[in-house]
Amino acid sequence: MELILAIGIGILAGSGVWLVLRPRTYQVIIGLSLISYGVNLFIFVMGRVRIGMPPILKPGTVGDPAGFADPMPQALVLTAIVIGFAMTALYLVVLLAARGLTGTDHVDGREE
Amino acid sequence: MLTSMHLLLLVLVLPFGGSLVAAFLPTHARNAAALLAGLVGFLGTLIVALLYSKASVGAVTLHVPWLPSLGLEFSLRLDGLSWLFAVMVYGIGMLVALYARYYMAEEDPVPRFFSFLLAFMGAMAGVVLSGNLIQIVFFWELTSLFSFLLIGYWHQNAAARDGARMALTVTATGGLCLFVGVMLLGHIVGSYDLDVVLASGKMIAEDPLYVPALILILIGAFTKSAQFPFHFWLPHAMAAPTPVSAYLHSATMVKAGVFLLTRLWPALAGTDVWFYIVVPVGLATLVIGAFAAIFQQDLKGLLAYSTISHLGLITLLLGLGSPLAAVAAIFHTINHATFKASLFMAAGIIDHETGTRDLRKLSGLYPFMPVTARLAMVAAAAMAGVPLLNGFLSKEMFFAEAAADHTGSLLDDSLPYFATLAGIFSVAYSLRFILGAFFGPPPTDLPHTPHEPPHWMRFPIEVLVLICIVVGVAPSFTIGPMLASAARAAIDTDLPAYSLSLWHGFNLALAMSVVAIIGGVLLYARLRNYLDSGIEGPPLMRRLKGQRIFENVLVTVSWRWARALERWFGTRRLQPQLRSMIALTLLGGFLPFALHGWVPAGPMPLTPIDPAFALVWAVGATCSLAAAYKAKYHRFAALVLVGAVGLITCITFVWMSAPDLAVTQLLVEVVTTVLLLLGLRWLPKRMEPQEGEHTPLNVAVRRRLDLALAVLVGVGLSTLSYLVMTRPLPESVSRFFVERAYTEGGGTNIVNVILVDFRGFDTQGEIAVLCIVALTVFALLRRFRPAQETIDTPEQQRLQNAYDEAEPERKVGDTLSDYLFVPRIIMHWMFPVVCVLAVYLFMRGHDLPGGGFAAGVTLSIAFVMQYIASGTRWVEDHLRVLPLRWMGVGLLLSVGTGIGAWAFGFPFLTSHHQYLALPVIGKIPLATALLFDLGVFALVVGATVLILIALAHQSLRSRREEAPREASPMVETRRESRTTAGGL
Repeated sequence: MELILAIGIGILAGSGVWLVLRPRTYQVIIGLSLISYGVNLFIFVMGRVRIGMPPILKPGTVGDPAGFADPMPQALVLTAIVIGFAMTALYLVVLLAARGLTGTDHVDGREE
Repeated sequence: MLTSMHLLLLVLVLPFGGSLVAAFLPTHARNAAALLAGLVGFLGTLIVALLYSKASVGAVTLHVPWLPSLGLEFSLRLDGLSWLFAVMVYGIGMLVALYARYYMAEEDPVPRFFSFLLAFMGAMAGVVLSGNLIQIVFFWELTSLFSFLLIGYWHQNAAARDGARMALTVTATGGLCLFVGVMLLGHIVGSYDLDVVLASGKMIAEDPLYVPALILILIGAFTKSAQFPFHFWLPHAMAAPTPVSAYLHSATMVKAGVFLLTRLWPALAGTDVWFYIVVPVGLATLVIGAFAAIFQQDLKGLLAYSTISHLGLITLLLGLGSPLAAVAAIFHTINHATFKASLFMAAGIIDHETGTRDLRKLSGLYPFMPVTARLAMVAAAAMAGVPLLNGFLSKEMFFAEAAADHTGSLLDDSLPYFATLAGIFSVAYSLRFILGAFFGPPPTDLPHTPHEPPHWMRFPIEVLVLICIVVGVAPSFTIGPMLASAARAAIDTDLPAYSLSLWHGFNLALAMSVVAIIGGVLLYARLRNYLDSGIEGPPLMRRLKGQRIFENVLVTVSWRWARALERWFGTRRLQPQLRSMIALTLLGGFLPFALHGWVPAGPMPLTPIDPAFALVWAVGATCSLAAAYKAKYHRFAALVLVGAVGLITCITFVWMSAPDLAVTQLLVEVVTTVLLLLGLRWLPKRMEPQEGEHTPLNVAVRRRLDLALAVLVGVGLSTLSYLVMTRPLPESVSRFFVERAYTEGGGTNIVNVILVDFRGFDTQGEIAVLCIVALTVFALLRRFRPAQETIDTPEQQRLQNAYDEAEPERKVGDTLSDYLFVPRIIMHWMFPVVCVLAVYLFMRGHDLPGGGFAAGVTLSIAFVMQYIASGTRWVEDHLRVLPLRWMGVGLLLSVGTGIGAWAFGFPFLTSHHQYLALPVIGKIPLATALLFDLGVFALVVGATVLILIALAHQSLRSRREEAPREASPMVETRRESRTTAGGL
């Protein structure tokens, strides 16, 4: 499972990086989404692979960290998902505004 | 003691307060502003005078802790030396205010002038009264700033602007050096407190950092006091109104440099380095300034160079390092302020009454303004060092010190000759000032017919000249005690024996004075014809223009070098920037491996592979690569593929025990897709290139490079995550969260408890970011103009309309309204269901997967579904969503919950929890964290809906702009737009 995840993360980040380096704004926004998935998963697996142990306690107990998936990376990723959405929205609007202003969808605002 | 401390604070606050008041006076309230400034100066002088009895015996201090952990405090300190300077600042300030009342024209915005002048007065008082090095630097920079504003007061005048800019550049650069030097000094001593610094002179001189600190501080002082080679800004500062020249550029601000040297004299002076830097600089300034002054054609230029020369004299005295020389320096500082300020005012009167200050045009003014002429003659005589005037006394002391033996070096031995030479020059330019302006043939072709100024304009000069005479005749009865207390405070040792009397017998100093006066008269007589020829600037140095060098340096540094740097290292293109950023990141990732060697996989046993999971990721990887491949020409396909990748991520979260992440990811996926779909409409159409079109070589190379980068990043990240995953999890803060989530946070869903309780402050920041983004999107879209070709009705709608028109039984728009008819009904029915789901997700959040964020996104999806199903107009007729209100309420709720904790004496965002048993529903968790989560929920609903609706409204808006200009429908749409905007 670790190997699959590792390769998956690599492919997501790699395709994202390729797209981010492209000249069209839409390619960049898709690339950013892919990078976000890759990086979120990367942060998430820093808590290691744990199957069937969601970090939800039984009421009234003191939890033992060995018995649960690591909640900290999960909390971090949850935040990252939200910020990722905000970033996509902002970038999309900047992209549209730039398109309206410059008449092109090249990232530099003009064709080479 | 308490009252004198208060007085000290009051005297500093007074001018700043006055400045604020003056700033709000009406533009032409000349009298009120002048009265205010004069009053502030008068009160300041009065308060300082009241404090004399205390300041003369010890220092009056005030300490207010500010950042005690960094050793910073606000402290004021008034001792004999600062008392003397403070009297000058306030006293001359008061006289200048009176003078400026008559000097400034009624058309000028005079309150602004006085506002700057008062602020400068406060800043200068701050320099003098501060008891802390950092604080001195702060006020020091303020004086530079207000000097800039005052020089540039007539900003319509190019010379004023250039002079102001030059003065600011030079003095602020010096200020920066001073700041660094002072920090070094503080580092050496271990304190910024002036008392401590002054008491550690020995320690400072032995420290290896002494020389750099000294040089930096000296640069600061030399730039401010216009010492060679930084002197060139002062003549250009003469573009300022004359009261400013009299106040800032002769009496006070340029004295800040020598004040600092005097102040730090016990801490820094007395070493060889000090002597061999300060003495040559002072000497060069003294001689060059005096020489250049003789040849100026502008009255104020002559005075400016003379000021430079006198400042050089004071610097030279301080450089000598003997206590007696320091006493002479302080004495000359006061004397110079009195006679030079009065001469500047006299020059201002001449300028004011005749319309020119050019010595080539001026002559024979004595019969027209005899009183002013006589006053100017006395002041100029004091400047030349004529006996019975104050200038004579300090110049005599200077000659005696120059002749005395200090280090026995060649430099030291040559001092008396240079001093006499400078004395000769100063007699010559003083003669030139008086004879050139007041005597000779009657003036011709002056802009105005000269006459005496109003009496009150002359009054300040009368006061200052009176001081010159009184001090000159009876020094020990007048200035004596004050000078003694100032010197005692300055040199920090026992006072040397000195006598202020007029007659010391026939000695070397007297001989030098006699030589200077006779030599000066002879020199002037000899140069008369040359000067009358009207050549501007001194011989030998005429070509050496400090200004030209300054401008060249400025252009080279701030334009040529900056441009070159930008050309070599900068680009405005995004792709190279991103490429280098990614390459750097890669390098950073590989660096540890390169330095510490490769590491093998860790010892943890691998989790057995589930074939289903492998299959899921095979799909995921394919979708990701396909999205990367398709994003250029097939945007919609790429969007679908990215959505698929998002779902795979979501499945992974479920598989790997992260239900909260899965829920959130799924919901955000929905919203993101809708968002991008809305955006797609505004992008230009892009066609795949025809077969046979070849890509240019550079593009092909660039693609290969990018591909290599992408592969490297992918491989690197894969390797890194694999290496980490095969190692056991180290102990981390997670244990804290897992163990205390229930017992202290009152929830069983650890992730949610972390977010709303343990790390609530982070979440607060996060929703604030979301809020800011939503508002930014909203604001950007209000100004957004879509590209021309995207405004037309989309192709699909045109096809539908054409079909409707072709069919006789259909109306245009029928297909559009029938479109998605069944799904629309379903979506309407789904609305309450989704709302309930949102509430459910919210309520269970603390104990089970869900929470405010997930619930918020769910509710916003419920709203957006209605928009998709029925169109913007229909929804806004039936439902008023007020996203801004939701956001505001959310923010207030979350912050309010946090602040609520204060009321119970806990830190911000401390939570309290309890379970509440309700009939039917059962036990529900009730923590204050839930209230916070409610805030998160409301804010997320508002922000998400605001972003999506703002985007959706674009189609309405652009259509409307295109609509034909018929009167009534236009008005209607306007009104509609207003209501929808209100709805937003």
